[in-house]
Amino acid sequence: MRQLSQAAAIREGIVQEMRQDPSVILLGEDVGKFGGAFHITHDMLDEFGAERVWDTPISEAGFTGLGIGAALTGLRPIVEYQYLDFIFCAMDQVVNQAAKIRLMSGGRAKAPLVLRGPQGATGRGAQHSQSVEAWFMHTPGMKVVLPSTPYDAKGLIISAIRDDNPVLFVEHKLLYGAASPGGGKALSDTAIQAIGTDVPEESYAIPLGTADIKRQGSDVTIIATLLMLHRALSVAEELAAEGISAEVIDPRSLAPLDVATIAASIAKTNHVVVVSEDVSRAGVSAELVATINDHCFYDLEAPVQRVAAANTPIPFAPASERHVIPQVDDIRAAVRRVLSI
Amino acid sequence: MSNTMEIRRDPVDCAGHDRALLLRMFRKMLEAREFEEQLYYLFLTTAMPGTMHQAVGQEAVAVGVVSALNPDDTITSTHRGHAHCVAKDVPLKDMMAEMFAKQEGSCRGMGGSMHLTDFNKGMLGAFAIVGSGIPIATGAALSARVRGSGQVAVSFFGDGAVNEGIFHEALNMAALWNLPAIYIIENNQYALSMTVAESSAVPDLASRACAYGMPSLRVDGNDVLAVHEATREAAKRARAGEGPTLIEALTYRIRGHARFEAAGYRPSEEVEAWKKADPIERLAAGLLARGIAGEDELNAIRAEAEAAIEDAIEYAQSCTDVQAEDYLSYITAEN
Repeated sequence: MRQLSQAAAIREGIVQEMRQDPSVILLGEDVGKFGGAFHITHDMLDEFGAERVWDTPISEAGFTGLGIGAALTGLRPIVEYQYLDFIFCAMDQVVNQAAKIRLMSGGRAKAPLVLRGPQGATGRGAQHSQSVEAWFMHTPGMKVVLPSTPYDAKGLIISAIRDDNPVLFVEHKLLYGAASPGGGKALSDTAIQAIGTDVPEESYAIPLGTADIKRQGSDVTIIATLLMLHRALSVAEELAAEGISAEVIDPRSLAPLDVATIAASIAKTNHVVVVSEDVSRAGVSAELVATINDHCFYDLEAPVQRVAAANTPIPFAPASERHVIPQVDDIRAAVRRVLSI
Repeated sequence: MSNTMEIRRDPVDCAGHDRALLLRMFRKMLEAREFEEQLYYLFLTTAMPGTMHQAVGQEAVAVGVVSALNPDDTITSTHRGHAHCVAKDVPLKDMMAEMFAKQEGSCRGMGGSMHLTDFNKGMLGAFAIVGSGIPIATGAALSARVRGSGQVAVSFFGDGAVNEGIFHEALNMAALWNLPAIYIIENNQYALSMTVAESSAVPDLASRACAYGMPSLRVDGNDVLAVHEATREAAKRARAGEGPTLIEALTYRIRGHARFEAAGYRPSEEVEAWKKADPIERLAAGLLARGIAGEDELNAIRAEAEAAIEDAIEYAQSCTDVQAEDYLSYITAEN
C-alpha cells in the first residue's frame, strides 16, 4: 500500500473533507500562501481559494473567536496554531467560549471546530516545546485527540472535522516526518517506528474515543501517546528479547478516553506504566493513574508507574531538554520497577 | 469628542418615521424595562436564583440597533443582555423560564441570566467574559460572507470591553476583510466602578476605529431613532460589501453593576440627571409631540407590556424545575 508521512496524511484528510464539504474552512497564521509553518496546508489556498483558506494576522485569540462564530453559524472551521504553545493566547475563547457554549445554551448551540497544531520538545526552548493536552483534557466540553501514526492521523482528523464539538487535535513535530519549509532538514527521532505508514487513498474515519493496541502483550501494559508511544514500542521490542511481553496501548484520544480497552488490558497484565510528554504534576499521566485506580485497582499487582516530563519549563540546552523529557531509558526503568525486575 | 456629551432630555424627533415601527420600539423598550424591574423584585423576594445585571436606562441602544436589522441577522450579547434578547424577539416566556431555572427556559435552565441564547432568533449567545463576544460576532460575519447569506452580524459590548485586547484583534480582521459586522459600544459610562476617563487614555471611544480605517460615529444612545438610523446605515454598508462600522452609543446605567450593587461611586446628581433623560419617556414625548399616538394609546401599550411580563412570570413559575442530572445531556454533542 501507499506510504505517507504523518504530515501528508493529516493534509490529505483535511483536503478530502474540504472537497466533500464546502462548510469546512481554514483559519490561521501563514496557512495560505506559505502553506503552513509545518507545511500541512500547502497548496490548499490554490485549490480552495481565499474564501475558504484565511491567512490571518497574528491574533490567536481573535481568529479562534472568529472560528467559534463561524462554527455557530453553519461552518466547520479548522483553526491552526503555528505552535500549540500559542493556543494559550486564546484560552478564553477556547475554554470559556467554545467549550462551554453547548451547555450554556442548553444544547441549542454547537461549535464544530477543530483546533490543531504541533507540539513537542525539539530544541526550541520553553515557548515552542511544551505539551498542552492536559489543559484541554481538563476542560469539559472539549475533545482531545492525539495521533501517533500516519494512518491514525488521517482517520482521526476526518472524524475531528465531522465532530460537532470543539476538538483539540494535537500533532507532534517529531512525528510529521516531513521537513518544515523554514527549517530545512526533516525532524526525526531514532525511536520512531515505521508503523501505520500505510495510508489508504480513500477517505476513512476512526471514531474518537477508541484506543488502539499497537502491540499485544501479556506481562505489562504501557499506555502512551504521540512520540512517547514510539519510545514505548521500542522499549517493548527490547524487553521481548528478555522474554518480557509488553502490551502497548495508544489511547488516541484523551477526551473521551477509551477506559474499556485500557481496563481489559490491565485485567490481563496486572501491571501498568503510563507515559506522557507533558509535565507530571496534574498532567495526563496523573489523570490516567487516577482513572486506572478508579477502574482497575483490584487488578493491579503493583502501583502504577508513571513517566512524564519534569515539572519545569523546558530548557533550551539539549542535554537539559533530554533530562526533562521522558526517554527510552526512563520508560524501560519504569517497566522494570513495576515488574520488580 | 469629549466624553461628557450634553445630557439630552428633548423628545425623540419622530418625524418621517413609520408609525408601526415607532410603536413597536416603544413596546419593546417597555418590555425590556419591565422584564428587569420585575426581576429586581423577584430577586428581592428570593423567588429567583442566581444573579443578574440590569440595563435599565439603556434600552434604546438594544431596541434601536435590532430594529434596524433583518430577523435573520445575528447578534452577540453580554452579561447585561436581557434587553438585547427582548429586542431580538426571544420569547419573553422562554427568557423568564430560564431565569427561574426551568426546563422550558431558552437555555433549558443551563445558561441563566448571563447566557441567554436563541438560535431561532439569531441570538448567538450572551458571552459574559467582557469582550469575548466581539470575535464571535466577527466570525458570524465571516461565515455570512463565506455562505453568501447576506446576513449582518452585530456585537454588543460595553465601554469596558474596548480595553480588552480582543477588541483590537477582532476589529482589525473585520476591517481587513471588509466583513459585514457592526460593533456597538454601549457606553454606559461605568465599567463597574471605573469611569471611561479613568480607564481609557482616549475617552472618545468611537475614535478607536480610525486605527482600522473603519467608519465610526457616536450617537445619543438614549435616542432610539438616532441609534436606529446609525445602525441602518451601517447595515446597508455591511450588506453592500463595504465593511464594518463602529458605533458608540452614549447612555447611562441607571442601576448598579449587578443585582443589589448600590453604585455609591457615582454622584447622585449625575444619576438623577440621567434619570430625567429616560429613553422610554423621551420616545413617549416624541410620539405625543408629533401626534403619532395619544396618551391613552401609550398607556394601553404600557399596560400590554406589563401584562406580557406578568404572563411570562406566571408561565415560568408553572414550568418544570430542572432536574439535577439534566446537564449531562448538554456537555458534548454526540454525532
